[in-house]
Amino acid sequence: MSLVFAGVCSHAPGITGRKEMADPTVRDPLYRAFDRMRAALEATRPDALIVIAAEHFANFFMNNMPAFCVGMADHYEGPIEDEAWLGIQRRRIPGAEALSHGLIQEVMNDVDLAYAQEWKFDHGLMVPLHFLTPRYDLPVVPVNINCQGPPLIPLHRCYALGRALKRACAARAERIALIGTGGISHWPATPDSGRINEAWDRNFLTKLLANNREDLLAYRDDETWREAGQGGFEIRTFISVAGAAEGHTGELWFYAPIPIFAVGCTVAVMNIS
Amino acid sequence: MSLYSVQKLLFHLNRDPRVRRCFDEDFEGLLTEYELSQEERAAVRQPDLGLLYVMGVNGQILMHYAALRGYEWRAYIEALREGERRYGPVRAGLYTRAEGR
Repeated sequence: MSLVFAGVCSHAPGITGRKEMADPTVRDPLYRAFDRMRAALEATRPDALIVIAAEHFANFFMNNMPAFCVGMADHYEGPIEDEAWLGIQRRRIPGAEALSHGLIQEVMNDVDLAYAQEWKFDHGLMVPLHFLTPRYDLPVVPVNINCQGPPLIPLHRCYALGRALKRACAARAERIALIGTGGISHWPATPDSGRINEAWDRNFLTKLLANNREDLLAYRDDETWREAGQGGFEIRTFISVAGAAEGHTGELWFYAPIPIFAVGCTVAVMNIS
Repeated sequence: MSLYSVQKLLFHLNRDPRVRRCFDEDFEGLLTEYELSQEERAAVRQPDLGLLYVMGVNGQILMHYAALRGYEWRAYIEALREGERRYGPVRAGLYTRAEGR
C-alpha cells in the first residue's frame, strides 16, 4: 500500500492545557477542524499513523541530540509532562515495531536516522493524538526533527525525509497515514509568548499548500527566527509532509491566531489521493 | 558560565523521577552534582525564573521547572518579563538577539 493520508496541524500545549482561558468563539472552531481531520483520517482506514513532530527536550537533550529520530517500539507512554498542566491523562500508546523497523531501514537509503525503542511522548505528539486518535487504538510511528535550536537540519533535508518516508511507505503492505505537527510563527514559553505573525503564517501556508519545493526551501533560519520566532523552526515538520506529498497541493481547513495557545492554530490536509 | 549544566539539571528534574526524588529529599545535594556557578545555583534554588531566562535557559525546559515550583502560566510569563527588566537582555543561547526587542 502507500500513504493514504497526509496533513499538518498544531500541537501547542495550551490547546489542551489552557483551553478554559481561550475565547470559545475561536477555540471551538479549531476543535471542530481537528474533528474534521480525525474523520477524514479515519475514512482512509489507516493501519498506522506516522507523526512527524518536534519534541521539546522530553527525550532528547544536547548531550546527544539527533537531527532525525524515528521510534521503533511496540508501545510508548505519554504525556511526559504533568497531566494537569497539559490537560491530557497519561496513558500507553500503541506502537508498530515491525513497521517502524521496515520504514527506518528503507528511509536510511536516502536519509540518516537515529532510532529509539524508548520514547515518552510530549505535547508535540500528545496534543494531535488527543484529537486525532482519541481512543489511542491506532499504532503510531513517532518521528522527531530537532527544531529546538541550532545547529538545525537544513530544510532540504526535511523535504528529503518526507520523500524518503513516502517511498518507504509505498514498499509496505500497510495503509499509512502521516501527520506533521508544529507551530508556524510563535515564541512559546518566552516573554513574547502569545505573539503571532499572522501575515508570515499565511504566506507560509500558501506556499506549503501550493507545495512548491523551491519556495519552501527558500526560507532561511535567520529570517525565520526574526520574523517567526524560535518556534518558527518547526516549519521543518510541515516541510517534511510537503516532501511526502510532493506533486500534490493541499487545503487549509483552519487557521487562526489564538494568543493564549501561543500559536497560529492550523489544520490542513494534502490532497494525496 | 555553565548554561549547559543548568539546562541539564532542569531537564533531569523535568524528566527523571529519580532526580525529582532528590529534589524533594536533598535539593542541596542535588545541586552539587552539576557544575553550576554561584549565581546559577542561587537562581535555581530561589527560584529566580527571570534570571534563569536571562542566563539563556530554554523556555521549553524552564516552563516545566516553573510549573514544578508552583507558577501558573501567566505568572511564569510575567516572571520572565521581570527578569528582563531587572537583569537586562538574554545573555546566551537561543534567545540572544542583537537588535533587542
